[in-house]
Amino acid sequence: MDLSYKWLKEYVDFDLTPQELADKLTASGVAVEGITNLSEELSGLVVAYVEECGKHPDADKLSLCKVYDGQDHYQVVCGAANVAQGQKIIFAKIGAVLPGNFKIKAAKLRGVDSQGMICSAKEIGIPQELLLPSQKEGILELDQSAPLGMDGAKYLDLDDYILELDLTPDRGDCLSVLNVARQLAAILNTKVKEPAISLNNSIENSSKKIDIKIEDLESCPRYVGKIVENVTIGESPYWMQSRLRSAGLRPINNVVDVTNYVLLEMGQPLHAFDYEMLSGNKIIVRKATQGEKLVTLDSQERTLDNEMLLICDGERPVAIAGVMGAENSEVTSQTKTVMIESAYFNPVSIRKTSTKLGLRSEASARFEKGINYDQTRLAAIRAAQLLEEVAQGTPHKEEVDVYPEPIKNAEVRLRFDKANKVLGTSLEKSEIKNIFARLNLEIISENESEAVFKIPGYRPDLQIEEDLIEEIASIYGLENIPVTLPYGDTNPGARTLNQKVRKKIFEILSSSGANEVINYSFINPAHLDKVLLQENDLRRSAVEVLNPLSEEQGIMRTTLVPGMLDNALRNHNRRSENILTFEIGKVYYKNGFPEKTVLPEEELKLALLGRGKIAGDWKNKDEEIDFYYLKGILNKLFDALKISGIEYVPASDAGEYHPGRCAKVLLDGDFIGYIGEINPKVADNYSLSGRTYLSELHLDKLIEKCENKIDYKYLPKYPGITRDLALLVDDIVRAGELIASIENNGGKLLESVEIFDLYQGSQIPKGKKSIAFSLKFQAEDRTLTDEDVNVLINKIKDGLEEDYKAKLRD
Amino acid sequence: MKLQLEDIKKKTEKILEENFNLDELNEMKVKILGKKGELTNILKEMGKVSAEERPIIGQLANKIRDDLNDIFTQKYQEIKNKELEEKLSKETIDVTLPGKEIKKGSIHPVTKTIMEIEEIFIGLGFEIAEGPEIETDFYNFEALNLPKDHPARDMQDSFYITPDVLLRTHTSPVQVRTMLEKKQDLPVKIICPGKVYRRDDDATHSPMFHQVEGLVIDKNIRMSDLKGVLLAFAREMFGPDQKIRLRPSFFPFTEPSAEVDIACVMCGGKGCRTCKQTGWLEILGSGMVHPNVLRYGGYDPEEVTAFAFGMGVERIAMLKYGINDLRLFYENDVRFLNQF
Repeated sequence: MDLSYKWLKEYVDFDLTPQELADKLTASGVAVEGITNLSEELSGLVVAYVEECGKHPDADKLSLCKVYDGQDHYQVVCGAANVAQGQKIIFAKIGAVLPGNFKIKAAKLRGVDSQGMICSAKEIGIPQELLLPSQKEGILELDQSAPLGMDGAKYLDLDDYILELDLTPDRGDCLSVLNVARQLAAILNTKVKEPAISLNNSIENSSKKIDIKIEDLESCPRYVGKIVENVTIGESPYWMQSRLRSAGLRPINNVVDVTNYVLLEMGQPLHAFDYEMLSGNKIIVRKATQGEKLVTLDSQERTLDNEMLLICDGERPVAIAGVMGAENSEVTSQTKTVMIESAYFNPVSIRKTSTKLGLRSEASARFEKGINYDQTRLAAIRAAQLLEEVAQGTPHKEEVDVYPEPIKNAEVRLRFDKANKVLGTSLEKSEIKNIFARLNLEIISENESEAVFKIPGYRPDLQIEEDLIEEIASIYGLENIPVTLPYGDTNPGARTLNQKVRKKIFEILSSSGANEVINYSFINPAHLDKVLLQENDLRRSAVEVLNPLSEEQGIMRTTLVPGMLDNALRNHNRRSENILTFEIGKVYYKNGFPEKTVLPEEELKLALLGRGKIAGDWKNKDEEIDFYYLKGILNKLFDALKISGIEYVPASDAGEYHPGRCAKVLLDGDFIGYIGEINPKVADNYSLSGRTYLSELHLDKLIEKCENKIDYKYLPKYPGITRDLALLVDDIVRAGELIASIENNGGKLLESVEIFDLYQGSQIPKGKKSIAFSLKFQAEDRTLTDEDVNVLINKIKDGLEEDYKAKLRD
Repeated sequence: MKLQLEDIKKKTEKILEENFNLDELNEMKVKILGKKGELTNILKEMGKVSAEERPIIGQLANKIRDDLNDIFTQKYQEIKNKELEEKLSKETIDVTLPGKEIKKGSIHPVTKTIMEIEEIFIGLGFEIAEGPEIETDFYNFEALNLPKDHPARDMQDSFYITPDVLLRTHTSPVQVRTMLEKKQDLPVKIICPGKVYRRDDDATHSPMFHQVEGLVIDKNIRMSDLKGVLLAFAREMFGPDQKIRLRPSFFPFTEPSAEVDIACVMCGGKGCRTCKQTGWLEILGSGMVHPNVLRYGGYDPEEVTAFAFGMGVERIAMLKYGINDLRLFYENDVRFLNQF
């Protein structure tokens, strides 16, 4: 809601700059988001009179005018077609500045001196969309009553500031200037100057009657109809137009403007019907029938359902209640008699209707937040009063007010000590009562420890004790509440074991040179094909988003791989070819949802991706990021987490991996994920050139097995013996098999086996490879002798020869 | 004999000026101080000295021996130092050449910020609670005092999975889950970090982002405690002189509610573009937990009071690190990531 500083001043006396006002309102819960100074770019305007207007001697389309501002006479050349002798206009004198830093200087136009400019509304900076059709072309013609010589900006109400209110949903009351004034008065501990609402002339007995019948009292507890006769439709006076513009509403005609004026002033949406169009002089408030149709004021045909509330005349609907009127009964230039509708509609009903129709109006925005049910009638009278003033109307003295079951004002109890306990304050009872008096909350009953307050109709948000405590906090000032820390029992704060392990994983992977990435949890379903998942893969049972922003975010990811590959590509395209990244995040599976489970399954996964190389430098060579690099990082991770029982088993069944370069990772025999090179077809699908290596693990399973303890082993007391063993074996024999055989035959004394060389090439026969092991033997209780070790080495050699035809190399 | 002794001293002193190496010095030392050296030779004549003079000469001889030893020691040190200097000067390396590149990894700024927030609250006695990202309408809205058709649901446009299941729009459902798990246990002091989702995608909104929610329930929790805890947090996170400002606000799950600002980290509160000249930056929403929410969680609002707060992690990270574009967080450009 945009609020005029000048307008607000009519209802409260205050001496605050716009900024100070904004700060006060914000501190009390009515947030001001911005302030616009309407005359920031405006100076040197004056209300003036066109004394003479004739043709320019040398130009057909220009006029030569004489303008008088009450002091001086000016000769002005004007290009507007509508300029005429006798008009009151806005005159920009030499030296004036208009929006866009447009400076008015003395000029010669087609040989004739021009000492200023007669302004159009656009030149003054009034937004085009807020102008009447008559104001869009040519100069702005003012009312004849405009005082000569008056500051133009002031006359146009541009000597104003607009406060942009950012209202929270509970403060719908502040969609009204008068209610903001009430808030301000409470803050400043002063009184609101209520507008004097009364009628001058009114008709006591008229043949024009209206019969109002509410069929659905729950949706419409109150309906007031007030008839105003003899209206003359025309433009409303400038002051009223500028009030509407200050809130961003476009003036239309005097009757509609009056309804909008009251909407802004009092927060009561009104609707003006052309009385003559109301068939049978009847108003019936009822639910629509399913599929009933209506053309609204914006010329759109709307199809309604049976939950929507309609305002009907004797034979047809004439408005969607609280949302928008129908074309069939709207006020036109021919209208002579109007019926003002002032009603209270159920907020939920209006909200549902406006949501379903996708139609929000200034009226619905107010109704759906709950308006003041105590001023329904007063607002109708206010409108009638203004119609007298600006449309020469004559209101009926009486209005029809159908309100069979008046809404009872809420009564809320407040315990004084509870308020202090919740806030941490020590306010006196009298201070608290004073705050509520300022907020117009009457005390219904009270005793030593508590009071019951009557809530005024414009504050439907105040329903429970806590709401009242909030009001105390807002008016007393949150800045005045002390700063304390909770007292009483405390728990030691800590992470759970699971959380500690996760934190450690982040630390280990990042310290291994990998960059953590975070990708969106939703992906394009096409990714499941792009990573070549098998048809029966569990990861195909993805959770779909009903209303995604785009297909790109159509499903919840079942794997981290697509995100990792997308990152790799994006980085590649930005010339970061060498990357090592990891992500820890959830994936989601249907797994029986929604038929068998309340929620889909969520699982934590870890993905690690590497491609390119670790760049060398002047001393060290580049190091390729390959399968073994990634495997090394995983092993470091397992080691740091004290996870033993890891096995890598060759695997060719995972679609996203290269069938010859992929291993299943097993933990105590259970599958926990894959590591491998991305299948070249997948790489192709992601336009990734070169080789990319990847591992994706089930993190939950890993964390479960993680031992959060260290078993210290004593340092050896006796020297051990190291032996190297170089073997020649067939290409297809896997190192893992050889190690297993060595370990098997090495027995307890074999402490470790490491591979220190692998060779394939011209030095050895084709189809063979040379592989060299370093074996370390160690006894806990004695110094090993060569004989001890020789026995074992022979056993190992025999085993290798027997099982793998391994030949010892010299 | 006295003269001989003084002569030998003078002679020895001269070697200090000579340019000997260690071997030459040793040779000289043997020649003068050795068993068959010059000094020994002179002292062999001691017998010829008169009895009266003997003690005097003896004393002198001892002193001369000490002096000579000192001279050789001094010269020895000199030569040693010189040799070392020569050696070192030959071993000079170019220390301005770069060191070995040890590949540096990084933790994502969002994760890093969450960890930092966690550390602060763990220090204040909080536990870390977690919950599902796909939630039921009940936990995400209803139990948080947001019944269907509540206008405040407009504040959070949601991604739905079914009409009754959605991607959580905030981490607040974890509050409800925790309350129900704790079964009226006191005190409750938790923070809940995690991913949340809203149907918004523009320069300042990401459809997925992160929040950290906090909840404290006990018998005597006051709004002043909320101020104290948040001030402590702001100071740990943004510096010991930080100030906070509370502004009344509205959240369906708290009453009273307040938005919390910190003094602008860019200008220190003087007013700049970042804080739109206000001197303040909004960092979180907070309030006293609404009695309906406590009831849904199984707590009696007449027995306990509670405060809660929630903050956007990306926002905190942007302020903390001076990141100016939200989108950077999810582009995962390694040049960006490497800076953390």
